[in-house]
Amino acid sequence: MKEIKVLGSGCAKCVKTAEFIQGVANDCGIPVHIVKESSPEVMLKHNVMSTPAVVVDNQLMHSGSVPDRKIIEEWLT
Amino acid sequence: MFSIFTKLADWLAYSLFGLVPDSKLGGALHFFIEDTTKIFFLLVLMIYVIALLRASLNIEKVRDYLAKNNKFFGYLMGSTFGAITPFCSCSSIPVFLGFTSAGIPVGITMSFLLTSPLINEVAVLLLLSLVGWEITIIYVAVGMAVGIAGGIFLDFIRAEQLLQPFALKAYQTANVSNSEHNIDSKLSFRERHNFAKIELFDILNRVWKWVFVGVGLGAALHGYVPDSWFEANLGSGQWWSVPIAVLAGIPLYSNATGVIPVMESLILKGLPLGTTLAFCMSTVAASFPEFILLKQVMTWKLLTIIFILLLMSFTLIGWLINIIYVL
Repeated sequence: MKEIKVLGSGCAKCVKTAEFIQGVANDCGIPVHIVKESSPEVMLKHNVMSTPAVVVDNQLMHSGSVPDRKIIEEWLT
Repeated sequence: MFSIFTKLADWLAYSLFGLVPDSKLGGALHFFIEDTTKIFFLLVLMIYVIALLRASLNIEKVRDYLAKNNKFFGYLMGSTFGAITPFCSCSSIPVFLGFTSAGIPVGITMSFLLTSPLINEVAVLLLLSLVGWEITIIYVAVGMAVGIAGGIFLDFIRAEQLLQPFALKAYQTANVSNSEHNIDSKLSFRERHNFAKIELFDILNRVWKWVFVGVGLGAALHGYVPDSWFEANLGSGQWWSVPIAVLAGIPLYSNATGVIPVMESLILKGLPLGTTLAFCMSTVAASFPEFILLKQVMTWKLLTIIFILLLMSFTLIGWLINIIYVL
């Protein structure tokens, strides 16, 4: 199962990102584990400067906006 | 160029609603209609155009630029980037850490973070259309001066020692080239348009309520506070009025978009410019919700220092401008 972290300090877009990824995963029928991460230390570790950021299996894939559906599908498959 | 909005307000307030121009409600409603229509028109147009131009400037580039340049120039650049880079207060923590872990001194980072809420394209645009270019220049100069002076002071007192331990460690072990995510790209017009579209909705979504609240307050002041009141009571820039204005701004929390229509109204009512600026900047920059966010990377001691520093700067600047303008 893919481990997906959404990094952000609780802004509206971060919540939206997490829900959106969950939605796309459900549509594709792929099980994922999504965690919302607001700790500054985790952001520092991944060198994230604009949120929301998405980390898939411990690798930073995206930052600064709600990602497109197409991109999310690529991560999942 | 903006007279069309005055005419629209004339027509709506006086013809359609049948209000009398000199009445309280008529004056307030006219102010409200004229300002909201003008502001939204300008916002949509200018946010889009500026976002088109700015599409390729991202925060990673700003960081790399600031990390490479010499320190003295850095405060000025930190403050300038703070003014032109849009950013929501919810990103202040990642931005702070990103800068710090790239070895950018805390003072330069704070020049960026202090200037950022005070000056942005929306604020400048509103100032230009509501209070004229002269006050716009003063506002921008004051905002940047506070950011630069604040930054220099914080480095002078070695503020990095007062960061949270993990942030201090990141600063000490700084490594500029550790970016995982460095996309350098030439953008096509389509990509720029998409960026600008998203940016437009994003910013509008964030500021529309502030426009209504700000203009509503400005309109109420305009219509219901007698013209002579401010003039008679605070008009000569009494020294105590400035610190009181700064203190009054603390519990009030607004962004620059909301406070500028209030500023317009206060100036029209004869409140001295220094007092007005002190009040407005305190409302925008000295707000508890944003300071609490910074607690994640700073100790209480440093937060308190920065807060007092801001209050003192706004007071001093208010006095200075009142002396220049009232005499």
